[in-house]
Amino acid sequence: MKLRNILADFSITQKGYIRSGVGLFFSLVFPLVLIGLFGLILGSSGSPPTLYVLDADHNSLGDQELLYLINETKAVHVAFVNGPSPSGFSGYLDQNGYSIGLLIPAGFGTAFLEHDPVNVSLIVNPGDAASSGAAIGAVQAAVNYLNLKAANGTPFVGLSMSQVGGVSYTEIDYLVPGLIGFAVLTSPMFAMVDVTSSYRKDGLFRQLSLTPLTRAEWLSAKVLWYCVITLASAAIMIGAGYGLFGARLSLSPSILPFLLVGPFMFVSLGMLAGSVAKTPESAAIIGNIISFPMMFLSGTFFPVQSFPTYLQVFARVLPLYYVIDGLDSVMLYGNGGRALFDLAVVTVLAIIIFLAAIVAFRWREE
Amino acid sequence: MDAIEVEGLVKTYGDLRAVDGISFKVPKGRVFAFLGPNGAGKTTTVEVLEGLRRRSSGAVRVLGLDPWKDGAELHRRIGVIPQEFKFFEKIYPREAIAYYASLFDVKVDPEAILKRVYLLDKADAKFDTLSGGQKQKLGLALALVNRPEICFLDEPTTGLDPQARRAIWEVIRTLRADGVTVFLTTHYLEEAELLADDVAIIHHGRVIVHGPPGRIVAEHGRPDRLRFEAGPELADYLRGHLEMPISASDHHVDVEIARPGDARRVFDALGQGSLPWDRFTVERDTLEDIFVRLVGRMDEGVLKPEGAP
Repeated sequence: MKLRNILADFSITQKGYIRSGVGLFFSLVFPLVLIGLFGLILGSSGSPPTLYVLDADHNSLGDQELLYLINETKAVHVAFVNGPSPSGFSGYLDQNGYSIGLLIPAGFGTAFLEHDPVNVSLIVNPGDAASSGAAIGAVQAAVNYLNLKAANGTPFVGLSMSQVGGVSYTEIDYLVPGLIGFAVLTSPMFAMVDVTSSYRKDGLFRQLSLTPLTRAEWLSAKVLWYCVITLASAAIMIGAGYGLFGARLSLSPSILPFLLVGPFMFVSLGMLAGSVAKTPESAAIIGNIISFPMMFLSGTFFPVQSFPTYLQVFARVLPLYYVIDGLDSVMLYGNGGRALFDLAVVTVLAIIIFLAAIVAFRWREE
Repeated sequence: MDAIEVEGLVKTYGDLRAVDGISFKVPKGRVFAFLGPNGAGKTTTVEVLEGLRRRSSGAVRVLGLDPWKDGAELHRRIGVIPQEFKFFEKIYPREAIAYYASLFDVKVDPEAILKRVYLLDKADAKFDTLSGGQKQKLGLALALVNRPEICFLDEPTTGLDPQARRAIWEVIRTLRADGVTVFLTTHYLEEAELLADDVAIIHHGRVIVHGPPGRIVAEHGRPDRLRFEAGPELADYLRGHLEMPISASDHHVDVEIARPGDARRVFDALGQGSLPWDRFTVERDTLEDIFVRLVGRMDEGVLKPEGAP
């Protein structure tokens, strides 16, 4: 392996890549589009749903206590509506596209003080299960507390809640490592499938085999270039995640090994797919068959934990799963041990795929 | 030592014997042309010589090396232009030459090389914007980067316009003048006749005939003919006065002039008569006529290839 040859091929690869524009779009602009799109979709669902309250009792002491307790659950955000009559409240919610509403009847405060049984009405939309669940939980908890207090009881089982990892994550936080993984897969994989099959069809490998450039040098130059591209697109996505959507990520140098070994693995996998195929067309099909399950089922757009069990098991045979799980471990959970395990899996897979690609890939024919 | 030595080369693909026992030698500094119809085995032979294909059997030495086993060393010393040269689409010729120069670890002046192949005006144009002839010229330029001792050109002018063909011929002539051995395959016989010191005609994977073009024409061609543009009366008149074979068609009369003095006897006879004739030309068999005839005779089974029992 001569460094001079690798650098010469790196330089020509880089020029061709930048001039063609297509690759540049998919590696640098497309991730930005994705993160913007997902950020906007997820950003709105990051805050608690709004519970619309029609207070027919006009803000009596009892109402205030109930609403204070509901608000304290942090599960919903309380907003008052004026205008509709109690009988027209359900229709009002429907007209305005509101999912959850609470009706406090006239006389609620007096009944509460005098310990007379009284109902509040919660109106939910079963189509919006998340908001409905939050509203039922919040109102139920507040009502239970009031009942307990009315009976002069003292709560003896308390519940203290916290979120996974000790920090509260929003979807955008999960999205950034997932989309970096997406870029680690797609830019090397699709480009290498195409390059490997079309260069062979055009006799370019034959041409290169007549120079002192070796297969390993050629491949190293490609790995090097896709590492650069991956680092650039990761930087763009982290920047966008931070700057536009306030993603909370820990940026440690431990991200880097994944951004180097990842492209190494997918450059090799792309070359392998391109080498076993007979034509550029069949190479593209093979490449897609390998890439598409990974693109969606490795935790790129949705956390693997949210999948049904059988899909979670399936995800664990996908190489990209370990890249994204590793990035999650570093950037979100700060779980060094798990990241190290993921890195080991990725490295071993990368070496196996690389060796298979070198065996399958021929400069010249027999 | 000859630049290329081939003895009993055989290459089979399954049941097909694409190259079926070919032998020839190319002395250093000569231009050697390999002729044959499509599918004759030309490209397979060149690829074996270039070390791009493994031979099935036979002995092959290129610059004293075994092309398959010593490929890496051989490739430093030869230049190759494949049929329909292709390169990275978005790269400029100037960059392509710099790329090859760094791979071969040689210092070259890209402009000088581009000038040599008449491509300097396209030094900074993307490869995919070049015409077929310009692409082929870049292939030639890249083959020259490592100052090769042998240049292999596989149908370098196929499909090119006359100007581009002439430019490539010119480069081949300068290569020869610089002492580079040139191995050329072509199915343009005119090209072989113009450029080559030696030619070998191959058909069905075998050499039919082999030698300098002039000698092949002399040995396998018909005698030269004097052709007059005249009617059949002239043929009748000449048959009465001359003993040479005479053939006639509606528009012209051919008289074979095999021996010295034949031509003068023809004109003497014409001078004595008073029959009208317009213009005359000297008809000579080209390599193409011989090629067509030999290939036809071999297909009929009349002709046996060289070295056949």
